[in-house]
Amino acid sequence: MSESVDTQVAGNGFEPMIVAFFCNWCTYMAADLAGTSRMKYAPNVRVIRVMCSGRVDPQFVLDAMAQGADGVLLGGCHPGDCHYQEGNYKALRRYRLLKRLLTDLGIDEERIRLEWISAAEADRLRDVVNEMTEQIRSLGPANLQVPQEQFVKPVPISLEVSV
Amino acid sequence: MTEANLSAGNGNGSPRIGVYVCHCGTNISATIDVVAARDVAENLPGVVLSREYKYMCSDPGQEIIKDDIRELGLDRIVVASCSPCLHEETFRNAIADGGLNPYFFQMVNIREHASWVHKDIKAATAKANDLIRAAVRRVRFHRPLEARRVPIDPRVLVVGGGIAGIHSALTLADAGKKVYLVEREPSIGGHMAMFDKTFPTLDCAACILTPKMTQVRAHPNIEVMTMSEVVEIDGFVGNYRAKIKHKPRYILEDACVGCLECIDVCVFRNGKTPDEFNLGLSKRKPIYIPFPQAVPQVVLIDPEGCIEFRTGRCKKTCVEVCAERNAIDFTQEETFSEVEIGSVIISTGFKAFDARRLPQYGYGRLDPVYTALEVERLVNASGPTEGEIVLRDGSKPKKVGIIHCIGSRDKNTNVHCSRVCCMYSLKLAHLVKEKTDAEIYEFFIDMRTGGKGFEEFMLRVKEEGVTMIRGKVAEVYPEAGNTGRVVLQAEDTFLGMVRKIPVDMVILATGIEPQADAEDVRRTFNISCSTGGFFTERHPKLAPVSTFTDGVFLAGACQAPKDIPDTVAQAGAAAAEALALIDAGHIELEPNTAFVVEEECSGCKTCVGLCPFSAIGYDEGKASINEVLCKGCGTCVAACPSGSIRQNLFEDEEIFEEIVGVMANV
Ligand SMILES: Cc1cc2nc3c(=O)[nH]c(=O)nc-3n(C[C@H](O)[C@H](O)[C@H](O)COP(=O)(O)OP(=O)(O)OC[C@H]3O[C@@H](n4cnc5c(N)ncnc54)[C@H](O)[C@@H]3O)c2cc1C
Ligand code: FES
Repeated sequence: MSESVDTQVAGNGFEPMIVAFFCNWCTYMAADLAGTSRMKYAPNVRVIRVMCSGRVDPQFVLDAMAQGADGVLLGGCHPGDCHYQEGNYKALRRYRLLKRLLTDLGIDEERIRLEWISAAEADRLRDVVNEMTEQIRSLGPANLQVPQEQFVKPVPISLEVSV
Repeated sequence: MTEANLSAGNGNGSPRIGVYVCHCGTNISATIDVVAARDVAENLPGVVLSREYKYMCSDPGQEIIKDDIRELGLDRIVVASCSPCLHEETFRNAIADGGLNPYFFQMVNIREHASWVHKDIKAATAKANDLIRAAVRRVRFHRPLEARRVPIDPRVLVVGGGIAGIHSALTLADAGKKVYLVEREPSIGGHMAMFDKTFPTLDCAACILTPKMTQVRAHPNIEVMTMSEVVEIDGFVGNYRAKIKHKPRYILEDACVGCLECIDVCVFRNGKTPDEFNLGLSKRKPIYIPFPQAVPQVVLIDPEGCIEFRTGRCKKTCVEVCAERNAIDFTQEETFSEVEIGSVIISTGFKAFDARRLPQYGYGRLDPVYTALEVERLVNASGPTEGEIVLRDGSKPKKVGIIHCIGSRDKNTNVHCSRVCCMYSLKLAHLVKEKTDAEIYEFFIDMRTGGKGFEEFMLRVKEEGVTMIRGKVAEVYPEAGNTGRVVLQAEDTFLGMVRKIPVDMVILATGIEPQADAEDVRRTFNISCSTGGFFTERHPKLAPVSTFTDGVFLAGACQAPKDIPDTVAQAGAAAAEALALIDAGHIELEPNTAFVVEEECSGCKTCVGLCPFSAIGYDEGKASINEVLCKGCGTCVAACPSGSIRQNLFEDEEIFEEIVGVMANV
């Protein structure tokens, strides 16, 4: 997998495909606000709504990459602001481990990104989407897509530190 | 993955899916090729029919869905339109009317998340198609669910006892509901209690506020807690529990009759401490009442100034005169109490902009410079000068300058317009003129008099001979020659020249800002703030007093700068929303709770410690989730190593299908 990332030439009309998981209360709302404010941003992100960033199973991220995503963006409420108190801390914990895991697999860890974006921060949402799109564009395609016939239905994994 | 082989992985027998793509007038169709989107959807496995229509949320739009369900036996519905926050409920209801379980539905946000934020039709359409494909794949795995019903505790907590809190509390109490009114100051009343007159009618503020304050105190359904703050709240809509901190007053509230004799006999002959209520324009004793009409009519002791607290060797004349009433208690300590309520109204008001932040106007440095709130106290008959306009040097002003927009409409301080300053400046111009016959100059940027009777009031004040100058004052500086006066320098944009006007008194129309602790209050109640720091309403037009936390409502200036009429209207609306909740007796909640598939649970306990609501129990080697306590965040679901915890509406399969769906075209 790692070679394909390295050998891929960036540019060449490449449009990154980014899968995003946004929590319902902050980041998804920020995206709604960006819409009502008619802000314009890159059309490369596909948002999947979850109630809280804490719902994001690391497997979702790996799965998105395996399906061909070039990057995965996670969005949650600012620390201390999670609608469920601390789901975003759990998300952060998993995100850190996930980054290590990706690096170990030879995947550029910059392909995943976690951002705290509150319901009022439509401008930040726009900037993050634009920035990440550009960043992934310069990294080039991930090419991690697993051929469909080899695709095994994912089994949930856990990156939880036991508490 | 090609679309043809999708059907193999069908989750639920052979579903009959209907897809509806909304034009939303041209809001969507201008940027997304809705016909192409419909065609793509039509060819997705499981899709029996796909339509596009001008307004899906309209009655005819909903009728189309209902008819299709009945006539074509559709059993899954996907609507691609606006944000689910807006119309998910609408479509669920329509689907239920059509005879289907309302959760056999998935909404696709192609307006806020696509048509409104992209310019390129091809890219926006491609995105819409991906999102629709994801929803179609996902909806096959939806299961019939039932909304959770929770009962509503009819008691209400009102936080902040300004005019907003007072009005909400009285409305609810008159309707027979129990209200806890928590106010952090020693008296309720808020800012309005500081004013002498209110624009635009010049009603005497005390005459309209005091009766309401006493009503609050006397109302059998209202429990007022002053010098108190909510420190913690937990639970959920209908069933909240609030922990309240009570600061010591050093007076037994029930024993004090408000005779105020203790103040007279205090060993301090004169006050030494700046009086907070008069913004330091007068001094008070360590035992005092904040203002004559205070509610409750109970004194308090400030331990910082009191000799007994400082040395333990005071004669305690106050205790002597209180005699058998024995209301003074030097040993009081901070206490905490808990109340159970079903809903909350937050009415914590505003803070006036600190004029020291703009040193060019000289506040705090030049004696003739006052803030508007200080002048409100000066013109007030029960204020520090008994209503006479006497300056710090003891003189009466002959020339007065009023500067608008201090800390408003300025990107260095606050971008927003504080909405009330133009009007209160005109009010103060009128009052100061009436009391001193001084020459008055008002420096404004724009005169904003949008409100019932406002423009008329402005014209009236103009007729009274107040000079209006359009221009921003650049600086206030002492007049040469030690006259004690100051000079206002501004560009008069009408005359196109710089003017320097010496005056005896300057009034700064300081703007309205969020309370200093708005951030803490926001956290405590789990609501959100807009960029300016005011609390955010659920929807600016359609849910102006609700928040994203069910059962928590907003009223008054904590939501945005506003005048008293608007504050009272909003307070009534917040009370009505709470009443609607209470009278329904129950509320339906999203059935998005998590549950454990017992056979698969390995009993590892990973989930137990993760739940912020202690909803996960553990017995006989298995985890179990208390549905009442679960709020549906899904954190445990993501953590379960054996995949044995599922979340309704957000099951793993549903999300994996969405991922496959959005990526299917890559
Ligand atoms: C100089 C000036 C003059 C004005 N003149 C007029 C006028 O003539 N006519 C008019 O219509 N409007 C006028 N206004 C506007 C008016 O003051 C507001 O519309 C009104 O006060 C808003 O009421 P409120 O109850 O929302 O807030 P507030 O009056 O600010 O009351 C909020 C209350 O909540 C309490 N509180 C705050 N935080 C907490 C907490 N965490 N816990 C417990 N309690 C808390 C506060 O102590 C306070 O008692 C004027 C404003 C200013 C600045
Ligand atoms: S709800 Fe936004 S991160 Fe938890």
